[in-house]
Amino acid sequence: MTKIGTQENEDLTRQYPKDLLSELFRLMFLVREFEVRAIAERRGGLIPGFIHSCVGQEATAVGACLALDPADMITSTHRGHGHLIGKGGDPRYMMAELAGRSAGYCLGRGGSLHLSDFNLGILGANGIVAGGIPIAVGAALAFSIRKQPQVALAFFGDGATNEGAFHEAANEAGVWKLPIIFFCENNLYGEGTPQSKQAAVPDLAIRAASYGFPGVIIDGNDVLAVYDATREAAERARKGGGPTFIEAKTYRHRGHYEGDPQVYRPTEEIDAWKQKDPIQAFRKRLIKAGVYNDADLEEIEGSVIVQLNEAVSFAVNAPKPELKDALAGVYADTHNGLVF
Amino acid sequence: MRELSYSEAIREAMCEEMRRDPNVFLIGEDVGLFGGVWGVSHDMLQEFGETRVRDTAISEIAIIGSALGAAMSGMRPIAEIMFGDFLMCAGDQIVNQVAKARFMSGGKANIPLTIRITSGAPGSSGAQHSQSAESWFMNIPGLKIVVPATPADAKGLLKTALRGEDPVLFFEHKMLYGTKGPVPEDPEYMVPFGEAAIAREGKDVTIIAISMMLHKALEAAEILKKEGIDAEVIDPRTLVPLDKNTLIQSVKKTSRVVIVHEAHKHSGPGAEIAAMLAEEAIEYLDGPIVRVAAKNVPLPYNPELENYVLPGIGDILGAVRSLKINQ
Repeated sequence: MTKIGTQENEDLTRQYPKDLLSELFRLMFLVREFEVRAIAERRGGLIPGFIHSCVGQEATAVGACLALDPADMITSTHRGHGHLIGKGGDPRYMMAELAGRSAGYCLGRGGSLHLSDFNLGILGANGIVAGGIPIAVGAALAFSIRKQPQVALAFFGDGATNEGAFHEAANEAGVWKLPIIFFCENNLYGEGTPQSKQAAVPDLAIRAASYGFPGVIIDGNDVLAVYDATREAAERARKGGGPTFIEAKTYRHRGHYEGDPQVYRPTEEIDAWKQKDPIQAFRKRLIKAGVYNDADLEEIEGSVIVQLNEAVSFAVNAPKPELKDALAGVYADTHNGLVF
Repeated sequence: MRELSYSEAIREAMCEEMRRDPNVFLIGEDVGLFGGVWGVSHDMLQEFGETRVRDTAISEIAIIGSALGAAMSGMRPIAEIMFGDFLMCAGDQIVNQVAKARFMSGGKANIPLTIRITSGAPGSSGAQHSQSAESWFMNIPGLKIVVPATPADAKGLLKTALRGEDPVLFFEHKMLYGTKGPVPEDPEYMVPFGEAAIAREGKDVTIIAISMMLHKALEAAEILKKEGIDAEVIDPRTLVPLDKNTLIQSVKKTSRVVIVHEAHKHSGPGAEIAAMLAEEAIEYLDGPIVRVAAKNVPLPYNPELENYVLPGIGDILGAVRSLKINQ
């Protein structure tokens, strides 16, 4: 892994469309600011439930999602706000859902852990570690049966690779050579326990070998490395080459959940990783490569702040669900109310 | 009407729906080459190919999870769980994912997923291959629970499951696979959920019997007839949704009720039915609500012990006689 942005005379616009570069920056900043605002609104009382923020992990979410096509599908995790935004999720409906309002993505019934948008191919965040991985394999199975050139991508953390669901899903995808990307955001901690106490191998990507497909390790704080690796895996999958496991090494700046006392890791470690902030690194890189200047990027940042002001006021003003709404939407067919 | 076995009726329902809709496919352990360990899907591989009749690893989480993901992506999977006992291997996927996906998404996720499960004690199969698991899932909103007892109902209920948009747990009793009965040939023949069948009309006692116990209850009713007791036998056919009205109307007529199932008595399906009748029909009852069910121990291997633990015709007769009808 090369240290981000240390390359001299990098000609980024020859390798990437300029609007892709600005979109990567914009969406990473949007994810960060969404989290900052959500944390504040939780403290302020607008948001009643838990938040597992992905501050520090914006490059994995955005880089991977922008490497996919709109028709591709993802499954997400408890730390899923970045995945949604990356795949095109609307911060207004996300914020309203976090606030438990009926204008939210799930009409206030799901919350942060269950955000989904089936129109955007987001098959759901998940409250169960590794719970979404078999579901993504199922989406890939559907593409395979219908012979559609679509790809599924399952986001999950390092902790999920110790769950049976990961291993069963990876095995099935390997046997059937399904068009899926297993995208592991390895932030070095499964909840409050370091990876070294949860797995006997330092690199989780080697687990792919058991299931007959390649595993690659990338710098998860380098958004272009994430984009490149995902694009390559998606192209391979689309051509019938089967699954890829991508292990992106990254770090969450904040606790497992908001309020986590974080007794399990030293502040020096947190500070050191903050020096490798993926958004700041990309910002510097874009300026150094002469793609954008400071004012250009400030303009993008300003537009994001406006968008999030609107998202928060949308959530604040959104109607609350009626109590009877709690009883709806369990089934498509209630058989004349015999089940509801 | 032509006769089919319960097994053939299920197979016919699957084949008809797979011919009708390319999105329907079968996934599970040994469903293809082997033809299903109970032979239900024999030769389906030859007709539909391995893309749509998919043998899997012994991997219940992957079977249910990938069937769920496929359902969310527009397919209509039939997932087979070889023994109901193995449902727990896929517990998270069924309870936390399949059942809740629609609700958690604000009603936006469509989950047309049918999980076919072989159920019940086939004889000396021990505690891990003999269970009747339906009530484990009655406490989980979001699932529909179907327990067919006849070939016609097996076909008609499975077709309803396959054309619906909700997840269904479809419990097939292993000892019923070989039983025969008339089955309509009409490919549009479907049995709606939430409609119990009155298998035998009577006026003295209502026997509510689930799955294989329907046949034991009907045999018991013939013996009771000779004793001057005219039993009404009702098969709920689906436990979720439950046709409360038919059960209540019968109890209104007979004033006595016995509930029979092969699942364990404690918190078995009969507990919910009994509680419902106590809440909604107690004024019609002239005696206690009696349950006949498996004793509350894991199923033993030894045939005599197994018979002792499982409910039988003698237990049904004993339960009805204990109500002292016509005395």
